[in-house]
Amino acid sequence: MGLTVQLHKIAKAYQGNRILADCSYTFAAGGAYILMGDNGSGKSTLFRLAALLEPPDQGEVRYLQGDLTLPPDITLKRRLTMVFPRVGVFSRSVSENVAYGLKIRGLPRDRVREQVARALEEVALSHKTHQPAATLSSGETMRLGLARALAVEPEVLFLDEPTTHIDRANTRLIEDCLLQTLRERALTLILITHDPAQAHRLGGRRLLLQEGRIVEVD
Amino acid sequence: METIFQGLVSAVRLIAGFNPELLGIIFLSLQVSGLALGAASALGLPLAALLALKRFPLRGLLLGLLNTGMGLPPVVVGLLLYLILSRSGPLGFLELLYTPGAMIIAQTILAFPIVTSLSHAAIVGVDPVIRLAAQTLGATPRQEAAAVVREARYGIGAAVIAAFGRVSAEVGAVLMVGGNIAHYTRVMTTAIALETDKGNFDLGIALGIILLTLSLLVTVALRAVQRRGRAPTGVRLWD
Repeated sequence: MGLTVQLHKIAKAYQGNRILADCSYTFAAGGAYILMGDNGSGKSTLFRLAALLEPPDQGEVRYLQGDLTLPPDITLKRRLTMVFPRVGVFSRSVSENVAYGLKIRGLPRDRVREQVARALEEVALSHKTHQPAATLSSGETMRLGLARALAVEPEVLFLDEPTTHIDRANTRLIEDCLLQTLRERALTLILITHDPAQAHRLGGRRLLLQEGRIVEVD
Repeated sequence: METIFQGLVSAVRLIAGFNPELLGIIFLSLQVSGLALGAASALGLPLAALLALKRFPLRGLLLGLLNTGMGLPPVVVGLLLYLILSRSGPLGFLELLYTPGAMIIAQTILAFPIVTSLSHAAIVGVDPVIRLAAQTLGATPRQEAAAVVREARYGIGAAVIAAFGRVSAEVGAVLMVGGNIAHYTRVMTTAIALETDKGNFDLGIALGIILLTLSLLVTVALRAVQRRGRAPTGVRLWD
């Protein structure tokens, strides 16, 4: 089913510098949204607010399941996840990195193993399972970040420029994985990119962040 | 020169022959320093994590005091502890003066600021994206803190080893509160001082060799931990 994310007149400023103002938008459950905009337009800020990592100065971020508004507690936070352009990998093996989100949820060992294997397969990293995560290339590190996010089976997935710093082959692998995920799972995907062609390939609704507000492109 | 040579030969004999007196002193030294280090770590590591991950009033003052404490002169610690534990002191009723317990307390006081301050630096040095990664994967504040502390494990290990190096080589405080009583509070450093005073260089040199070996092992361990800690963190922007 997925979750609906509703931004209601949110505003955010850092040290007096207004980043978002009166920004409203509803990301419908199960939809795919591609967010574009110039550097400094506030895309990452919008992500952090929408992903409940920090509160807006004004307005409200609501998560809805059907008509029900969910409280912003740890239970809700565990139903969404986010991948940043700089993937902070733990200095452990690839599989331990993917297992992290599952272990902190207290999942049984068998299920952790099963979900880790599946997530690594989805991003084509199964052959690196036991390798130290620190030895991965930047493209593989991003795929690891994606595997770690997918392993926890989020209902809302935020991806902040997942392919900006990586080569074409890794970009293709990530896009294929996302397309497959969108086909197979009830997931709300919100992705930031600077690449209009990628937005086209992923086929989601294209949005533009302009002067602190979201504008639909098509 | 001859005295040194003879002393060295006798010292090697004492070590090779597993001299019971020598072994007793080594065992007590390791016991006192080990327990002091355990106590300092048990108190210092949670405080280091708290100082690194939380903002609260007087935090800066506390950090300043801890940094100053890293250079605490052992004789001053010995003097203060002596005054506190002596019969007329506020904790005299505990009758801890001239016991291994007093020596453990003295070494704990010396090790605590080192463990805490260096561990704090190690935790603060962890890349903020690690904490963010834990947060976005659904960690509670406590799980977030644990993830960050775990990333700092090599730095924390180095802090504990550095503190061990300091307390095991310390003489002033343990001499003042331990009293250097044979078979009871005599540790390597105090024994070396005493045997030198008595002109009995054999045991002094033997203990000196052991202490130097211990220092060498501490240094090797410290370097090994630091080398592991310098391994790539896995945070890459490009190849």
